[in-house]
Amino acid sequence: MKKEKQAKEIIFKSEKEVPLMPMSVGNMLWNKTGGWRNIRPVIDFENCIQCGICWKFCPDAAIYIENERPVVDYVYCKGCGLCAEECPSKCIAMVEEEK
Amino acid sequence: MGNHALSYGAMLGRAQVIAAYPITPQTQVVELLSEMCADKTLDAKFIKVESEHSAMAACLGASLAGARTFTATSAQGLALMHELLHWASGGRLPVVMGNINRAMAPGWSIWSDQNDSLSQRDTGWIQFYCSNNQEVLDTVIQAFKVSEKLLIPSMVILDAFTLSHTYEVVDVPEQAKVDKFLPPFKPEITITPDDPHAFGGLTGPEHYFELRYKLQKDMEKAPALIEETGKEYEKMFGRYLGQVEEHCCDDAELILVTSGTMGSTARVAVDMLREEGIKVGNLRIKVFRPFPFEKVRNIFKNTKKVAVIDRNISYGHHGMFFQEVKSAMYGFDHDLPIFGFIAGLGGRDITPSTFREIVEFSLEKNKPEEEIIWIGVNR
Repeated sequence: MKKEKQAKEIIFKSEKEVPLMPMSVGNMLWNKTGGWRNIRPVIDFENCIQCGICWKFCPDAAIYIENERPVVDYVYCKGCGLCAEECPSKCIAMVEEEK
Repeated sequence: MGNHALSYGAMLGRAQVIAAYPITPQTQVVELLSEMCADKTLDAKFIKVESEHSAMAACLGASLAGARTFTATSAQGLALMHELLHWASGGRLPVVMGNINRAMAPGWSIWSDQNDSLSQRDTGWIQFYCSNNQEVLDTVIQAFKVSEKLLIPSMVILDAFTLSHTYEVVDVPEQAKVDKFLPPFKPEITITPDDPHAFGGLTGPEHYFELRYKLQKDMEKAPALIEETGKEYEKMFGRYLGQVEEHCCDDAELILVTSGTMGSTARVAVDMLREEGIKVGNLRIKVFRPFPFEKVRNIFKNTKKVAVIDRNISYGHHGMFFQEVKSAMYGFDHDLPIFGFIAGLGGRDITPSTFREIVEFSLEKNKPEEEIIWIGVNR
C-alpha cells in the first residue's frame, strides 16, 4: 500500500465504462474490515501448539505465521471467531472490543 | 467412449484446473482426467470436492485466478450447480464443462434426455450438442477458444450411453497442432493474492443492467465466432463444426429438426426415405445457445414443412427446440407449418422407424392439429 485512499462512490455513465467483470475497482487491501469487529481473538501462547489450524481456517487470511507462531492482523480480522472454534487446544479467546 | 473423448479434449486443450464430482453417466470423464493428472500426462491441478456446487465454485476461483478450467457433470449434478452457472456467466469466467444428458429424477433415471441441460438455457452459457465422439473431442477444443475470446462459459453436451458409453474410433490430434490452434489462456483481468479485489459484490440498479447488456452483446458475437473458429479448425484438422449440420435440406419438402445423437439417426433415416423418393432433409442443431436464428431462417427458405423432434419437454408449453424454432420463424414465414414432436424421454430409443413415423405423419397433414405430437408413448 503506497498511500491511504478514501472510499468514494463511483458511478459509470454508460455501459462502455462499466468493467466486464462484476468486481471491485479498488484493491481490497484498502478495505480495512477490522472496523467491523465486535469481538477480537486473543491467542494464549502458553497453550498454543503451533498447529497452524487457525491460519488455515481464517476466511479472511487475517492470521499469518511469524516465527512459527500465529499472529492476528487486526486491521482485517472481522472477529468471526472461526479460529477460536477450530483451535484444538482452545487457546484462542474471543474478547469483547472496548471503545 | 464419448466420455473419454471429453477427457482427451480437455487434455489437448491443456486444462490447468479440473474440479469435478462423479455422477453416472459422467464418471469416466473425470476418472480418466484424474489418472492423467496423477501420471503427469496432463499438467493440471485436480481438485476433489464434496458436491457439484463446490466443483463449479472451485472452477470459478481457478478461472478468476487466470487458469483454464474444465469440469463435467450430468442431470442432478448440473441442477445442483445451477446457482453457480449464473456466477460463471455473470462473472465472465470462461469455464468449459461437459454435461452428459440424463433424465431428471424422479423417477430415478440414468438414461438420456435433454431436460437437464435445457433447464439451464437461461444461465448465460453457450450450449453445444454433439452427435458423435469425434465431434465431442473437437468441440471441447473449440469451446475453449470461443469461450475465452468472449469470456462466456461453454457446455459441451452429449447423450447418456448412446454417446457417453459408446466406443467409436476417434482421431486424437497432435498436441503441438492443438497448441497452435489454442494459445494459452491469458485473461486481462485476474484476481490473485497479490492483487486482491472483491468479486461479485453488491451491484446496484445503476450498474447491474449494463453488465447484463454487455453479456448479451457478447453472446450475440458468438454465432459468427463459432463459424469462424470452425473454419479455422477445419483448415488445421480437416473437420468442420458450425452452429448446425444440414443434410439434404436444399430441395427438401420436409425438414426434420434434431439435436444430439438422434441427429445422426435422423440422417440415416433421411437417406433411407430419399431412396424411396421422399424429399426429406435433416437439420441438426448443434449450438442451442446462442440460438442460430439466421441459419435456421435461411435453411427453411424453400421448404414446405418442418418437423421438430424434442427429447425434452417444458411442462405446460412444448418441446424446447420447437419453441425456439417457432420463435425464429416469427415475422419471417407465418405460413410454414411447424410440427412439434416429443420422443425418447428418459432414454426410450429413437430409431430410424421413429423418424419414418414422424415423416409419414407430417406429410399426411396440412398443418399440425395438436400442440404436442407424442411419439412412442404407450397410451
